[in-house]
Amino acid sequence: MSIRFLKTHEWLNGNKVGISNYAQDQLGDIVYVSLPQVGDKVYAGKSFCEVESVKAVSEVNSPVTGTVVAVNEALNDKPEFINSNPYDAWIIEVEIESEGELLSQADYDKLIA
Amino acid sequence: MKLVFEQSVQGRMAITLPASNVPSYTLQCATRKTQADLSEISEIDLVRHYTRLGKQVYGVDNGFYPLGSCTMKYNPRLNEQVVELEGFNNVHPTQCPCETKGTIEVMTNMQQDLCAITGMDYVTLQPAAGAHGEFCGMLLIKKYHQSRGDTLRKKIIVPDSAHGTNPASANMCGFEIVTVSSNKEGGVDIDNLKQIVGPDTAGLMLTNPNTLGLFDKNILSITRIIHDAGGLCYYDGANLNAIMGMCRPGDMGFDCVHLNIHKTFSAPHGGGGPGSGPVGCKQMLAKFLPTPIIGKQPTVEYSLGKVKSYCGNFPVILRGYTYIKTLGSSGLKQASQLAVLNANYLRILLQQDYTTAIDRICMHEFVLDVKDYHDNYSTSALDISKTMIDYGMHPPTMYFPLIVHEALMFEPTETESKQTLEEVAEIMHKISIRAKDSQDDLHASPVTTPIGRVDEVKAARQPILKYQPQ
Repeated sequence: MSIRFLKTHEWLNGNKVGISNYAQDQLGDIVYVSLPQVGDKVYAGKSFCEVESVKAVSEVNSPVTGTVVAVNEALNDKPEFINSNPYDAWIIEVEIESEGELLSQADYDKLIA
Repeated sequence: MKLVFEQSVQGRMAITLPASNVPSYTLQCATRKTQADLSEISEIDLVRHYTRLGKQVYGVDNGFYPLGSCTMKYNPRLNEQVVELEGFNNVHPTQCPCETKGTIEVMTNMQQDLCAITGMDYVTLQPAAGAHGEFCGMLLIKKYHQSRGDTLRKKIIVPDSAHGTNPASANMCGFEIVTVSSNKEGGVDIDNLKQIVGPDTAGLMLTNPNTLGLFDKNILSITRIIHDAGGLCYYDGANLNAIMGMCRPGDMGFDCVHLNIHKTFSAPHGGGGPGSGPVGCKQMLAKFLPTPIIGKQPTVEYSLGKVKSYCGNFPVILRGYTYIKTLGSSGLKQASQLAVLNANYLRILLQQDYTTAIDRICMHEFVLDVKDYHDNYSTSALDISKTMIDYGMHPPTMYFPLIVHEALMFEPTETESKQTLEEVAEIMHKISIRAKDSQDDLHASPVTTPIGRVDEVKAARQPILKYQPQ
């Protein structure tokens, strides 16, 4: 399954979740990510963590409902990885129970155009 | 510039103490193992240090300070004279009330005046600042639902243009936050609101005029929708400066409000405090108010308890009271009218070079969206703000509200003259020309200040929060 997006600019690729290039560009330099814990429940369309940039603190919504099985600890030391490589800088990996309303790459590109 | 610690030389002191005439005694419970690392500095070096710091400070006494939503009002000198009166200055809250009748009278009258201005039935002066007032107000709403056995109401509705403190305060009280989107006119999207409300709605938090500086014309429908669903309406008083004497939150359908004395009623903002954030409420919430209540007493059998020691930050309350009594009801109304007039005059002047986020007559503040400068001239809201510093003025609020991506939020307040506003517009015109000139680089601004462009990213990622001896 290829990458898909929430309207609120989060991506789902396989079991991994991150934020889109558009989101990181709008946020500006990201300085902190408050990671959830392995075992936490996440709900589609609901916030599961916050990213803080020099401009603002923003909530990150989960594209899926499920349980967190891994968190990207590397973001603790290098939150700027989200700015430089938004599609490699996953935030959590989820054991998926169900998916939210997801957009294809083409539909998402139309949304942000 | 050296820190006061870096100027320390062992043995120096700024004050000469008289010789001790009591026997020395060591406290058995004292736990400090080492000397406190305090600066040892002579009086003249200490005076020069703080004088130097004082020269580098920028405040409303130095010049234009249009920090939107913060209402950086001029602090009238009369307020300070009144606070320094001996009868107010040399009292203690545990003193016999028979000796502090003056302070009690001020607090009683202040509560009455704030009730009259907001259209509420009762006011508590306890909360220490705006966000503390929000927290207190949210607790009142929570208590109200609990007392009725209405325990399923767990959601507070907040617009996407709201101050960040709104969802934070509601969350602190254990509520879940639901965001209602804005419509094209910058107000609450009524259709979206109707979809969101339900039997789980505890209430709505709203600022009106909102953070775009726009008055929500649908306010009566909005509060009715919430009330019909069984929720209560909370008014964030951050922008009351725009409507004093013209309309009242109580008449708009709000059940509970907080006010910022340091915004609306001209007390200084200080370095983060002390502030004062009185909370007003309608009759049905009065029995939950924090105690003690001064003057007109509701029955507070279900009081949520104290939220602040004694009766709140009295000197701040007294400054606000002085402002209210100096202006009177017609003066307060005129202050709001002038704040709105000033904002609109500056908006029209700036619209020659910049685009407003929403093109409407504004209230006391307005938001520019400099997205076109960002996209076409790689000049961001941050670059424009930093360049304004080079022209000797404080930047407006940046990147807020969040729904406007390259936001610059101007609030000139009522005290600025027509000449000042025209000078500001001239400077903003110069900055616009410079931004569009590819030979000119605004990314290095400010260049005239003791410290140039601050590395905000590094400051946020690697903060040094206390003095680190070399």
